[in-house]
Amino acid sequence: MKTIEPKSVTPIAETFPPPSISSWNHHHVLDLDDFTREEIELTLEITDAMSEILTREVKKVPTLRGKTIINLFYEPSTRTRSSFDLAAKNLSADTISLDASRSSIAKGESLIDSLRTLRALGADVVVMRHSQSGAPYLAAQHVNTSIINAGDGWHAHPSQALLDLYTIRRHLGKLADLKVVLIGDIKHSRVAHSNIWGMTTMGAKVTLCAPQTLLPYGLADFTNQCHIPNISIEPRIEVAIKEADVVMPLRLQLERQQSGLLPTLREYIHLYQLNEKRLSLAKPNALVMHPGPVNEGIEISLEVAHGAQSVIEEQVTNGIAIRMALFYLVAGGKSNET
Amino acid sequence: MRPDLLIKNALIIDPSQKTDRVADVMISQGKITRIGEKGTVPVQKDSIIIDVAGFVVCPGFIDLHCHLREPGFEDKETIATGTRAAAAGGFTTLCCMPNTNPPLDTRATIDYVKQKAEADGSVHVLNIGCLTKGRQGKELTEMYELADAGVIGFSDDGDSVASSRVMHLAMEYGRILHLPIIDHFEDNDLANGGVMNEGWVATRLGLKGIPAAAEEIVVARDIALAKLTGARLHIAHVSTEGSVELISNAKEKGIAITAEVSPHHLTLNEERIMGSPARKNKYLTYDTNAKVNPPLRTKKDIAALIQGLKDGTIDAIATDHAPHTSVDKLCEFGLAAFGISGLETALGCLMNLVHEGQLDLITLISKLTCEPAGIIGTKHGELGTLKPGCQADITIFDPNKEWVVDSQNFVSKGKNTPFDGYQLKGKVMVTIVSGNVIYHDTSIKIEGY
Repeated sequence: MKTIEPKSVTPIAETFPPPSISSWNHHHVLDLDDFTREEIELTLEITDAMSEILTREVKKVPTLRGKTIINLFYEPSTRTRSSFDLAAKNLSADTISLDASRSSIAKGESLIDSLRTLRALGADVVVMRHSQSGAPYLAAQHVNTSIINAGDGWHAHPSQALLDLYTIRRHLGKLADLKVVLIGDIKHSRVAHSNIWGMTTMGAKVTLCAPQTLLPYGLADFTNQCHIPNISIEPRIEVAIKEADVVMPLRLQLERQQSGLLPTLREYIHLYQLNEKRLSLAKPNALVMHPGPVNEGIEISLEVAHGAQSVIEEQVTNGIAIRMALFYLVAGGKSNET
Repeated sequence: MRPDLLIKNALIIDPSQKTDRVADVMISQGKITRIGEKGTVPVQKDSIIIDVAGFVVCPGFIDLHCHLREPGFEDKETIATGTRAAAAGGFTTLCCMPNTNPPLDTRATIDYVKQKAEADGSVHVLNIGCLTKGRQGKELTEMYELADAGVIGFSDDGDSVASSRVMHLAMEYGRILHLPIIDHFEDNDLANGGVMNEGWVATRLGLKGIPAAAEEIVVARDIALAKLTGARLHIAHVSTEGSVELISNAKEKGIAITAEVSPHHLTLNEERIMGSPARKNKYLTYDTNAKVNPPLRTKKDIAALIQGLKDGTIDAIATDHAPHTSVDKLCEFGLAAFGISGLETALGCLMNLVHEGQLDLITLISKLTCEPAGIIGTKHGELGTLKPGCQADITIFDPNKEWVVDSQNFVSKGKNTPFDGYQLKGKVMVTIVSGNVIYHDTSIKIEGY
């Protein structure tokens, strides 16, 4: 698959501080709902520079030397945690990963206490994953350490959405006016939620395709109240995919079927699996994306997941670059105290 | 002999007597002895005189629904602190819910609370007994024994009685007691672990919603059972438009049903969870102080609740005062306790509705005094009235005093209020229980006290 290379990559060392960093106004990265188009552009530009570092033989720069970044994961995660960890190490930060099941958190320490302890240990940035929606917002209210939300409950996963935007732009050259189709468990997907904010802010049109039991309640009210443009719902996959530029099936947690939201996986596969036949309804160069981990043969067929249009693996690589950019923006350059 | 108490220049609003005039009130030996035209009430030489020009004088407020937490949860509230908070809020009678530890499901536990209230309480405390043993929803309590111990109704509040059969039996068995059965109206299976109203805000925040139907299903079921059995049914904390409609229809058909609504459901909607208008928040707050069950609903529901108060569908305003410790609330939204500490802000919030022209003052006072008194009955004396000869439970408030809510100044142990920082207009100045001034605002000087 042909990629459009970013225009004139400047080595990161020469871009410090990038001219437009003064437009960055985020001490924390909690969701994309408070990101302007310019801020997203800035993040993607810096990600270009970070991507270049990843192509070097020695993929390490001293940018965040002496900074401490702590991964605080209350929920199991391999990919996201490794991605944040590598991103921090590539920037020469010192990193620690705390697994909630193995620390004092399991002994009943409150979230706020844990955060205060991490601050006292000198954390400059805390990357937080939590099964409760809003947990990083609680953290941000009580400590001044920068918080990066690595996924909270059903709510948000901003770094994933940013890497999706980055991947799309790298391949299709733009985001505005693209048709993006999200398929599957929108209701419980923090990736979908952050993508709805990010994609529409960048001018893309988003179609949500799912059985009604996997759609959030009051979606139309939500988009009206929050002035989110260009969102549509289309439960029929063949109609939804038509002329799409990007098709993104979401991971189907198997417990959704067990809790009765779906009668059988068989019917879900029958109605919603992204297969070659359905993909052929999209634009010929449409991208196939997936936030991972993939249930091959459930939400996506094996052929499509590994097919020519799939950029799923590249999403993983871009994830490191995006997270390097976020670390740089919140912890590098100047202080962003607000 | 206690000295007499004369309340001068009072604007007396007593809906039980349809009184709305300026007069003087004389209190002697704990009872109201006389209400007379200004200056016509003879004064004894050693009488204590309170001049209340510009203030409203009304029967003491009655709260049909509050949680005093004792025994078992004394870190959240005690009978001593809860009743003092009530006094500060203008409440002279509290009906406390039995979801304590142990729950109030036997005469012994009811007696314990009665003794505690006698010893530590600043205001009258009445008990609601459990409907089922241990609030388990399985076996009925000894309802006749509890009635004999003085309970004013039966409830497993905090939990809905899931079994329609058990609710049916309770209504049949206890019917001739003529005491209300108060359910907590929530279909647990449908609510399914939800933490706020199901709607766009829940979607915005990624939180699990509780549909309005979870309340309405149980309201409808209990109305059907009340119709079947002829038992008295009281609907606690009504929160949805659909419930108001169901209650209104039931009343039209002559079913013995009454209903209450809380101040927070009348004044706040689900959006409050995202942030407080009294604070400048850069980010979403996921404010656990606005987490309550039933959840804060929508503007449309609020309009229906206010209309329900006006047209008589809803009989009373009850606080559902639910104090919690900061540990219970200072955590992730999904893990935080449900409940609002409401006694001390009730009048102020409700007066905002009056000032906005949404509710008239006389209706408001009647929903806090004679109407809840009618639901309790006269077994515990004549409540909610200023009739001469009745015990002098009186609330005096300044309808126009503006003040800013500061939870740290709450008398209640529970600082969990969504109104922190709100400017309210309307404040309790003096609370009198059985003829004794048990609370007065610091701005009021009372000679002899």
